[in-house]
Amino acid sequence: MASLDAPRIVSSRREFADSFTLTRYLETGGYVALKKALTMFPEAVAAEVDAASLLGRGGAGFPAGRKWSMLRKSPISYLVVNGDESEPATFKDHYLVEHDPHQLVEGVIIAAYALQVNQAFIFMRGEFALGLERVQQALNDAYAHGALGSKIFGSEFSLDVVVHPGAGAYICGEETALIEALEGKRGFPRIKPPFFPAVTGLYGEPTVVNNVETMSNLPWIVNNGGAAFAALGGGRSTGTRLFALAGRVKNPGVYEIEMVKNTFRDLIYDPQLGGGIIDDKEIKAFIPGGVSAPWFGPELLDLPLGQDEVAGEGSMLGSGSIVVMDETSCVVRAVWRITKFFSRESCGQCTPCREGSGWIERAMYRLEHGGGRMEDLDLLLDLCDNIAPGLTWPPQQTTICVLGSSIPSSVHSAIQMFRDDFVAHVQHGGCPHE
Amino acid sequence: MSHFRSDIRQRAEEAVALYPRPRSAMLPLLHLAQEQDGYLSDQGIAEVAELTGTTPADVRGTASFYDMFHLEPVGKYVVGVCTNIACLLAGGEEFLTHASKKLGCAVGSTSDDGLFTLEETECLADCDVAPVVQVNHRYVRTTTPESFDTMIDQLRDGKLDHDVPSHGTLIRVRRIGGLRASREEVAGQRTAAKAARDARAEGEAK
Repeated sequence: MASLDAPRIVSSRREFADSFTLTRYLETGGYVALKKALTMFPEAVAAEVDAASLLGRGGAGFPAGRKWSMLRKSPISYLVVNGDESEPATFKDHYLVEHDPHQLVEGVIIAAYALQVNQAFIFMRGEFALGLERVQQALNDAYAHGALGSKIFGSEFSLDVVVHPGAGAYICGEETALIEALEGKRGFPRIKPPFFPAVTGLYGEPTVVNNVETMSNLPWIVNNGGAAFAALGGGRSTGTRLFALAGRVKNPGVYEIEMVKNTFRDLIYDPQLGGGIIDDKEIKAFIPGGVSAPWFGPELLDLPLGQDEVAGEGSMLGSGSIVVMDETSCVVRAVWRITKFFSRESCGQCTPCREGSGWIERAMYRLEHGGGRMEDLDLLLDLCDNIAPGLTWPPQQTTICVLGSSIPSSVHSAIQMFRDDFVAHVQHGGCPHE
Repeated sequence: MSHFRSDIRQRAEEAVALYPRPRSAMLPLLHLAQEQDGYLSDQGIAEVAELTGTTPADVRGTASFYDMFHLEPVGKYVVGVCTNIACLLAGGEEFLTHASKKLGCAVGSTSDDGLFTLEETECLADCDVAPVVQVNHRYVRTTTPESFDTMIDQLRDGKLDHDVPSHGTLIRVRRIGGLRASREEVAGQRTAAKAARDARAEGEAK
């Protein structure tokens, strides 16, 4: 049974059709947390976030509080919010920017105050036209309300927030590529080290980059205290989280549920959540955290939805998107489409990723569409091994960023789990499902 | 002579003023250029270069990296159909084939009447309403061939103009005013905040 009694932290205004307006936001406790935060010392606000043990909700799962505290030595110049949600089948930030933009804006102001930053940018993928309009409207309203701009709510803290549209490039979700795009360049990830924009970020200055959902949690944490947040969930995975459930389920959607207390089975099968597989078919496999994550089979359905729990089984909770495939789904076609995505989105800086992704995609194409050879299976694994040597998890990296090392996940998983399906494609001269 | 209309030019100058460095306004300005011309014309690119302190070649090289920018004219409506994993599992490929038939143009091309351009997109992050279709980056949420056809007919008749502006128009909500916190004010606050924080840290150390 799913555990559904935890409070909804970031999706509490879900039932209101006008959840995106300032009026509704103020009626439901909006900007109270900001007023409270402004009475606290900035480091006390940061300490609450530290106490919450809030893990970043973008994909890497780095503790937000630690990201902030790394900057204590040198004052931070800019706060950048990552709203470039593009990991296939991830659509939770989409929900937040369209339906609760003020919550995001309030979170950004709180974070900026904690960091004593006076300029923030919200980078949002360009395809979110409505989200861009809603966030811009929320910013306009927040300025008029006195929550932004000069001397916020009469305090000695001033902040400007600019919403910045992306223009269609998955790679800009990588934080250093995002910073390049924000500087008006191609979204090329930067060479590491330095590993963190906290050292060298926007315009070479110390910068914090946090995800939309991470920011959206802050008003609740300030209102209720970091300890109340940390009391939810389990282990290192505290609080609730938005899970984006997609694929062959009856009720795909975004669900906010408590971490660790619920399992993949709860999310996929509970009548109040996923509701089970379409036409009550058998589940074949599921991807636990975006297409960069290695796949799981039905035997892992009872695994708790927690960062370390999923990592312990050799995959990742990543961006919080779960894709379900059933007995009618062709895994070879799924892998082909995923590799086509990576091939299209590789920025082209590093040879293993640029060349490897295209080569893998071509081999997957012929397996799915005819012309595949038995030796292609070994070829695919060899190509994957060249991008991420040893095919371990977490992967070894031969490229500037982790896009490259994400390519092997689906290929390696599917060949390991469903070798017979690949063989059937070779013998059939294409997809036997057609 | 500005190629941009006066209103676009004004919005472009306002955008540049929002950033510490003019080049940062590159993507917002390219969206504005595309809003005026429907694509990135040579004149539009030249004006973006002027406003960002770069060269037309640099602007073109940057723009070509991003999928949303079109360096050649496209239809009034750019129809994007997603075929990535969640949409694939919901019949996205078949849906794209249907869209191509309905619009009378191949994927990546424009219909003869110049009204529609069809694109196969990567994930558009609306996966619970798969297959996902966007027209000019507005979610139209048509998941059956029949509802897709109805939507296209409505577009053709101009019935969806309110929800779906012409290609290139991205953000219709205009930022009211530029930056509100003056540089001097911010500098003063930063100095004061740092001094106060250092004093507290010293107090703790004792």
